[in-house]
Amino acid sequence: MSNKVLLDSLKINVLLNRLSCQLLEVHGDFSDTVLIGLQPRGVFLLDRIVFLLKDKYGIHDLKVGRLDTTFYRDDFRRSEKIHSAKPTELNFEVEGKKIVLIDDVLYTGRSIRAALTAIDYFGRPSIIELLVLIDRRFSRHLPIQPDYLGVQIDALEGDKVRVEWKSKIRKDCVYIEK
Amino acid sequence: MDELTVNNLLGVENLTNNDFELIFNTANRFKEVINRPIKKVPSLRDITIANLFFENSTRTKLSFELAEKRLSADVVNFSASQSSISKGETLVDTVNNILAMKVDMIVIRHPHPGSAKFLSENINSQIINAGDGTHEHPTQALLDCFSLKEKFGDLKGKHIAIIGDIIHSRVALSNIFALKALGAEVMICGPKSLLPKYSRSLNVKVETDLIKALRWCDAANILRVQNERMNLNFFPSTREYFKLYGLNKEKLELIKKPITILHPGPINRGVEITSEVADSENAIILDQVENGVAIRMAVIYLLASKIKNITN
Repeated sequence: MSNKVLLDSLKINVLLNRLSCQLLEVHGDFSDTVLIGLQPRGVFLLDRIVFLLKDKYGIHDLKVGRLDTTFYRDDFRRSEKIHSAKPTELNFEVEGKKIVLIDDVLYTGRSIRAALTAIDYFGRPSIIELLVLIDRRFSRHLPIQPDYLGVQIDALEGDKVRVEWKSKIRKDCVYIEK
Repeated sequence: MDELTVNNLLGVENLTNNDFELIFNTANRFKEVINRPIKKVPSLRDITIANLFFENSTRTKLSFELAEKRLSADVVNFSASQSSISKGETLVDTVNNILAMKVDMIVIRHPHPGSAKFLSENINSQIINAGDGTHEHPTQALLDCFSLKEKFGDLKGKHIAIIGDIIHSRVALSNIFALKALGAEVMICGPKSLLPKYSRSLNVKVETDLIKALRWCDAANILRVQNERMNLNFFPSTREYFKLYGLNKEKLELIKKPITILHPGPINRGVEITSEVADSENAIILDQVENGVAIRMAVIYLLASKIKNITN
């Protein structure tokens, strides 16, 4: 197994700033908008974007949620991989809202489809958009594309694309695990 | 995520600590789901579950049915009184006939101890024991422990007393297994005639004095006096039972500390517990009922994840 670094911390920082600015451009003061991070890994990206929007761009009144899609997935009983459900926290009405779903890597699109189904169980938003840091091209199983995109990458089917977020012991990094 | 180590839920006796943790974590997620405006997830939309109740039940049957429907499973119900059992059909035949109609999972309540295990050995389907005679009632013990964990956090070292009709109670036996597995200390308390002879082998404290038991415990699980299982007189009168073992405000005031009160239902108000206590702040009886649906959703979901024959 070998790891190839795709994005270092500097590049990721630039992308996070750009994505935050793009959201700001479209959603203004975010009064009708809710940002929803997908469990488990999308919430890290959500936290970083929320931090930038608050700290750098002065948007303090943000509605933020976390959504777990485990019970809405289409691979229940079909996949060897067993998903573990994480908490869902949507402490607001989604009816009529503009929703931005946030996830780190867009691959087959099935998690996003599950998220769309899950949102449907909470109400009818006016629009749902998708923000991802990484889009794995040519690997989609469903007609799903991001509205806000960090970078597109090419990776082989067996490869794993990992996003590591900074902590006390490491820096931000995106790499391919072959 | 780990899987459950078992393919059927026949009892809590054979569950591992990981199994408990997995069930409780999943139940926490489902508890959040059932408090949403739309209390339903689509996970089990291609699963059919048969609820076979060979014994009367209101709460457990309703709770299982709600859990199944909130997971989007198709549900068929079967009660012994309306069945061919009265025409002489065997249990295995009845169940096999139901399975031939492409049912994926069976929830069974039966008056005979071991009936769920017997079924699991004879038919090819997943079984959940919803109470087999005086043996086990695993989902009740799971929901009791889940409710206690919500109240206390960790159960390690906590003192839990199970009070009342122990000998006829599958709830008591399942609770003892589950509580001990989770590290709690368990005491059973009741009149000698309602305590089992094998209590020593269960490794629990035994007490016949209710006040002593109440002083010792952090939580008391008050069991129903099961008149329907008593073909002999186990105590002289309900009045005497209430006087010695019925939980009332006066007895609780005597011990001068708050204790958490559980009851698996249905309550015989004025026999094992007074209304005043059952409806008091320290009683978590209705939490138990709410948690029952979440626990059953978790158990059904986790067992259903093991049914892999999608293409058949």
